Amino acid sequence: MSGKTRDWTLYEVFVRSKNGLAHKHVGSVHAVDADTAIEAARDIYTRRAEGVSLWVVPSAAIIASDPDEAAALFEPAKDKIYRHPTFYSIPEGVENI
Amino acid sequence: MSDGLHGYQYDYALRLGDTALVLGQRLSEWVGHAPALELEMAVSNLALDQIGEAQLLLEYAAAHKGDGSSADSLAFGRDVLDFRNLLLVEQPNGDWAMTIARHYLYSVFHRLHFAALAACADERLAGIAAKTAPEIAYHLRFARDWMLRLGDGTEESHARLQAAVDRLWKFTGEMFEADAVEEALVAEDLAVDARRLAAPWRAEVEALFREAGLAIPAVSRMTTGGRRGHHSEHLGHLLAELQFLQRTYPGLEW
Repeated sequence: MSGKTRDWTLYEVFVRSKNGLAHKHVGSVHAVDADTAIEAARDIYTRRAEGVSLWVVPSAAIIASDPDEAAALFEPAKDKIYRHPTFYSIPEGVENI
Repeated sequence: MSDGLHGYQYDYALRLGDTALVLGQRLSEWVGHAPALELEMAVSNLALDQIGEAQLLLEYAAAHKGDGSSADSLAFGRDVLDFRNLLLVEQPNGDWAMTIARHYLYSVFHRLHFAALAACADERLAGIAAKTAPEIAYHLRFARDWMLRLGDGTEESHARLQAAVDRLWKFTGEMFEADAVEEALVAEDLAVDARRLAAPWRAEVEALFREAGLAIPAVSRMTTGGRRGHHSEHLGHLLAELQFLQRTYPGLEW
């Protein structure tokens, strides 16, 4: 790899806040490798105590769903309310199912 | 506590505070010019850490001076001959390699120095050292990672880093000096004897240099004197920028 900054790898950055359970996507950084990507993410995305844990993932490793296929992927679930636990009522007197 | 000890405590706090202030000012000169956006943020954060440390130390120095001085009046009101920072930190930024070399050579010392300071009997200095410990740990991590990437990088990055190390090495001896000020304070456990840090510093630097493929420069005589107010020409220009506004409009507030 050449030394030029325009050849640096793009990483997506995820931050978990102190009270959070999940890492949230906050943006991206360019870096030469994993360790410097963590440092760049720390320097840019945690300046205001946003979090206590950082993930950096090479953008090339992320496979995303195709927006053009959104209908086929996500529409069918919309009218299947029986997939929600709240659809079912438990009869009185029955303690465990 | 005798007057003499207060005087020494003032000198000691000034040496630490001025070093932090000058290094912070140098790092902030990169703002707007860093090689990459990520490094722009990195170097600003490093600069702010140093200035924060300077504020704490110069406030303490002002308290010892006891004549109504403040961190601001000490930072903006003194001229070159009254500054007590290490010569190493007033050296110009140069290219990224020079800045990284300066930061690494200083940060290895800074971590050792403040780790010892956190255990001394001066509560305020120990508190400052404890508070800045995580910052210093990050500075060292950052500098170390860049020493490795530049040293073990391309031909050009290696050549520039070796040139930077060759140029700065003669200023590293000053970090491990102790004179009457430190000797008086160390006797009361109010300061760190920096002479004891030379060997661990050397060992750590040599190990990193081996990993980065760098050669330790052969320097016959160390250049020193910053701690006594004998500075290079660089400091005058740096202070002119730092102090111009306060000297032109005394007492000006943002």
